Amino acid sequence: MVVFDKPKSLTDAELHYCPGCTHGIIHRLVAEAIDALGIEGKAIGVAPVGCAVMAYNYFACDMVEAAHGRAPAVATGIKRSLPDNIVFTYQGDGDLASIGMAETVHAATRNENITVIFVNNAIYGMTGGQMAPTSLPGQVTQTSPYGRDVKTAGYPVKIAELLSALDGPEFIARVAVNNVKNVRNAKKVIQKAFENQIAGKGFSLVEVISSCPTNWGMTPQNALNWVEEKMIPYYPLGIYKDKSAEKEGEAK
Amino acid sequence: MANKVLMKGNEAIAEAAIRVGCRHYFGYPITPQTELAAYMAKRMPKIGGTFLQAESEIAAINMVYGVAGTGRRVMTSSSSPGVSLKQEGISYIAGSDLPCLIVNVQRGGPGLGGIQPSQSDYFQATKGGGHGDYHLIVLAPSSVQEMADMTSLAFDLADKYLMPAMLLADGTVGQMMEPVVLPEERPVEFTEKEWAVTGTKTARPHHIVNSLYLVPEELEKKNFARYERYAEVEKNEVRYESFMMEDAEYCVVAFGIAARVSKNAVAAARAEGVKVGLIRPITLWPFPKKALAEAADKVKGFLSVELSMGQMIEDVKLAIECRRPVELCRRAGGMIPSPDEVLEGIKKLQGGRA
Repeated sequence: MVVFDKPKSLTDAELHYCPGCTHGIIHRLVAEAIDALGIEGKAIGVAPVGCAVMAYNYFACDMVEAAHGRAPAVATGIKRSLPDNIVFTYQGDGDLASIGMAETVHAATRNENITVIFVNNAIYGMTGGQMAPTSLPGQVTQTSPYGRDVKTAGYPVKIAELLSALDGPEFIARVAVNNVKNVRNAKKVIQKAFENQIAGKGFSLVEVISSCPTNWGMTPQNALNWVEEKMIPYYPLGIYKDKSAEKEGEAK
Repeated sequence: MANKVLMKGNEAIAEAAIRVGCRHYFGYPITPQTELAAYMAKRMPKIGGTFLQAESEIAAINMVYGVAGTGRRVMTSSSSPGVSLKQEGISYIAGSDLPCLIVNVQRGGPGLGGIQPSQSDYFQATKGGGHGDYHLIVLAPSSVQEMADMTSLAFDLADKYLMPAMLLADGTVGQMMEPVVLPEERPVEFTEKEWAVTGTKTARPHHIVNSLYLVPEELEKKNFARYERYAEVEKNEVRYESFMMEDAEYCVVAFGIAARVSKNAVAAARAEGVKVGLIRPITLWPFPKKALAEAADKVKGFLSVELSMGQMIEDVKLAIECRRPVELCRRAGGMIPSPDEVLEGIKKLQGGRA
């Protein structure tokens, strides 16, 4: 009996991610959701610019590589062209919450029927550890060497809170992958974000709190502890918006 | 017999695009291309197509990229400042070898410039515009009829050579009304392209639409392959109009609205006994180099007439390898040269160093 297998929706390509990075877990969760829903054949993914730039080599479905921050716009084009396909983006914090903020907000407010996986690790990983829009106050990075000073660099962007204030989006949630319990929950929520699209419900975004041992300068274990102790208190986990559930609640 | 209808140039583009099977339009409001988007907004929902007013020009061109990746006909339109914003996306589309149509109804620049007609995006359109080595097929309509015809042609060429095509129009041709015969309605083509992302149906390896190649040898190979295709375009797709060139001693070079003004000047000069003709580039890329080089064998001088400070003139000089003097007749900032100004230019050429 096979008790552990690689999801069919992942290719055999070797991942380039650093040791201890949680992108691998998140890729797997996305692939497991695609497998569970039997949608690999009609899934089309959009990769970002950032650490996950080569995600197009890892997901076995059709893939498009977008310009930095533009994945929701590219996904919009794909979905409008092929409404019966399942279209998702996989983006980091610099991509989605900084350079691509307009595309993110407007895809959400249009309730574009796509699934967005938003990996928030509070740093620019690919370029070597610069301050991200989601870097915490006081966080030391290459471009905030004395710690993020909110007086000059402003405050972190809380995407789940921000987007859930819009009337448009169907589903906004924040999960983490720093321990088994959170990973299991993340899996459920990610699958839900795909189910919503299949049901035609609209824009579903899952923010996944992730770690970056390399650029945080920590061991993988300490990085996961930092997620628990620093990130989750600033970025509380939970379902921020679920329009269908709200409607059901009203009906009751 | 085909029906003639009276239409604005911007509307003729929209209707022609629909008739040749474009069902996806993404844009952002800007003058003077407004009628095009408005026309699409009215028509697309009625025929099962997409009209989407994007949050920005940047988003619009990236939506175009998404549809292009699925192998369907798709377009966007804008005017100069908006087309500058699209350059990043255009570079990605060119780098991913995808077809699409971009319409630039030019206005005066630089910066926010003005809203009157201009041709000052010539460099941007014909030399690439965004980052990296690439070209667009650039067509320059000079009438409402050509707005329609070239929309159809641009889609076909883009599909054939897997590259973006641009209609480089201007505010005059966009806004003017003229009788036009629209292209015949074509069935919308949904044949699956061998490179498109449409879902693997778990029956084939995954397709990747991409312009990233981290191994320089691979990226170089991609560029070389692309330029082999460009060489085919240069060989097969050069288009120009030759007007009164048979016995010409002087040659006016002008495209778009400048060519229409110039034709009047050529006729006026002929009436005064000056043997002058006109070469009107219809494709700005590929540029009609050979036609100009051959003209240089016969004529004494050239006059480049442009609604810019002088951009195409560089290509004219290159095409004739500076074997003859090339003078410039220019207006900028939204101004259009009058036939008299062009005539004056021709006369200056005649009395000049030739």
